[in-house]
Amino acid sequence: MKVELRVNGVSRTADVEPRKTLLDTLRENFLLNGAHAGCEHGVCGACTVLVDGEPVRSCLMFAVQADGYEITTIEGLAPAPGELSVIQDAFCETHGLQCGYCTPGMILSAHALLQHTHTPSREEIVEAISGNICRCTGYGQIVEAVQFAAGRLQKSNALRPNHVSPGHHGAGHDAPEEGVLEADAPKEIV
Amino acid sequence: MKPAPFEYVRPQSLAEACELLAGDEDARAIAGGQTLVPMLAMRLARPTKLIDIMRLPELAGIRTEGGAVVVGATTRQVIAERDPLVRAQLPALAAVLPWVGHPATRNRGTVGGSIANADPSAEIPLVAVTLGAEIMLATPDGPSSMPADDFFIGPMLTTIAPGECVSAVRFPVWEHRSVGVGFFEVSARKSDFAFASALAQVALDEDGRCIDIALGVGGVGDRPLRLDVSPLLGTRLDAASVAEAVHASAGDLEASSDLHASASYRRRVAITLGKRAIEQAITEAGARPLKGAA
Ligand SMILES: Cc1cc2nc3c(=O)[nH]c(=O)nc-3n(C[C@@H](O)[C@H](O)[C@H](O)COP(=O)(O)OP(=O)(O)OC[C@H]3O[C@@H](n4cnc5c(N)ncnc54)[C@H](O)[C@@H]3O)c2cc1C
Ligand code: FES
Ligand code: FES
Repeated sequence: MKVELRVNGVSRTADVEPRKTLLDTLRENFLLNGAHAGCEHGVCGACTVLVDGEPVRSCLMFAVQADGYEITTIEGLAPAPGELSVIQDAFCETHGLQCGYCTPGMILSAHALLQHTHTPSREEIVEAISGNICRCTGYGQIVEAVQFAAGRLQKSNALRPNHVSPGHHGAGHDAPEEGVLEADAPKEIV
Repeated sequence: MKPAPFEYVRPQSLAEACELLAGDEDARAIAGGQTLVPMLAMRLARPTKLIDIMRLPELAGIRTEGGAVVVGATTRQVIAERDPLVRAQLPALAAVLPWVGHPATRNRGTVGGSIANADPSAEIPLVAVTLGAEIMLATPDGPSSMPADDFFIGPMLTTIAPGECVSAVRFPVWEHRSVGVGFFEVSARKSDFAFASALAQVALDEDGRCIDIALGVGGVGDRPLRLDVSPLLGTRLDAASVAEAVHASAGDLEASSDLHASASYRRRVAITLGKRAIEQAITEAGARPLKGAA
């Protein structure tokens, strides 16, 4: 079956069997390998992508169901080639990743949360990533990374990051236009 | 594992969907796919056709209608969770939704899909049975409906016949001044399916007497069960009378055993959660008059 999907703001077509999941289509047809296959049964969250700005398990959706929605993968978050979004950057800085298998899903879940609020409580962060399993880091640094990113977004003085093309709901980039500001730069190192 | 091959059809109308479902016994409706797709992947289900009902306009939306809130079958759980009407008039549904799976499954999973799937520990069917909701059905012969208590007949088993489709759920609204809700569940991890859960809704009059009460338990038997706590009606509720009523109502509660929990554990947990749920509902009823009601 021919499908036409909007992925990271670009229209792409693929010829897929109806039983082909969105996850496999993203990885195999579009070579977007950031969405990972973990359990493929909806349990682990490694395959998380944003559908109209909200996290969804791409292993539980067939590509044939996905036309007409705005799909965002981790590849769509970076503000420019070679750059990282605020949240991606925060994961690096706070050691929120080890093997990195869960990381794209974690970051997309965090991204969706921070689209709604720049002042999430710890509980809200935990709830937002509750469907994402990490086997490496023990979650402490992941929660810290999201808090850190939230703080940076607050201080970045940028407009709330809803600058998405019309018709798409909040599936935009989380980075301020100017890249990461140095508001949180280390104080004097003595 | 990957699903076995199937044909994918996206009908343009509910009538067409029913026709397709009636025309092929091995065709299956797909809504959010949050339960069906894992079943396909494990090949526990091998439908010939998937009828995608997710975008049918007839199944969408939340509205009030004659003392009830009617939630369209394909309303995504996250939409119901955020809906002001649900929050104001259906506090029981609002209370359980954060416990249904995870944010990512609620973004796709639907209210009607959970009802049609009839998992004994699922939260939305528990609300339907506890409040005495009507399950609205689309059939090849036109619309019909069924009380939730008769609709669920066993684990993953309902009265849905080939060609039928859940079109909406009609949850009654309690028009009393002060309505409170209590909900508790015990599971291995938050948001996993519950070993046992209890949902209570209580209405109090100005003098603090109970004028309406409903208590349901999930995960205990092979379907959600409504317990009879009517002896509490017209009384001033205290911990002792609540405990007595819950124990009496759960006397012949048929619990099931599995890998996770024995029947006697489930029964004991359900009774404890039932008491707590009523107590929380009383506290809430005192604190919160129902918005939108007289
Ligand atoms: C990791 C994970 C955790 C979960 N945890 C919970 C939990 O804690 N509590 C809980 O309640 N659920 C839980 N679920 C399941 C829940 O997410 C599903 O939303 C729900 O059970 C099914 O809804 P759906 O719309 O996805 O239906 P689908 O998966 O699309 O369909 C389920 C079944 O219902 C049928 N069906 C769907 N809609 C209709 C209709 N309108 N008329 C007739 N038949 C229909 C389908 O043919 C299929 O047989 C979990 C799922 C996952 C993946
Ligand atoms: S791979 Fe999709 S949830 Fe695990
Ligand atoms: S970093 Fe390895 S699974 Fe999370």
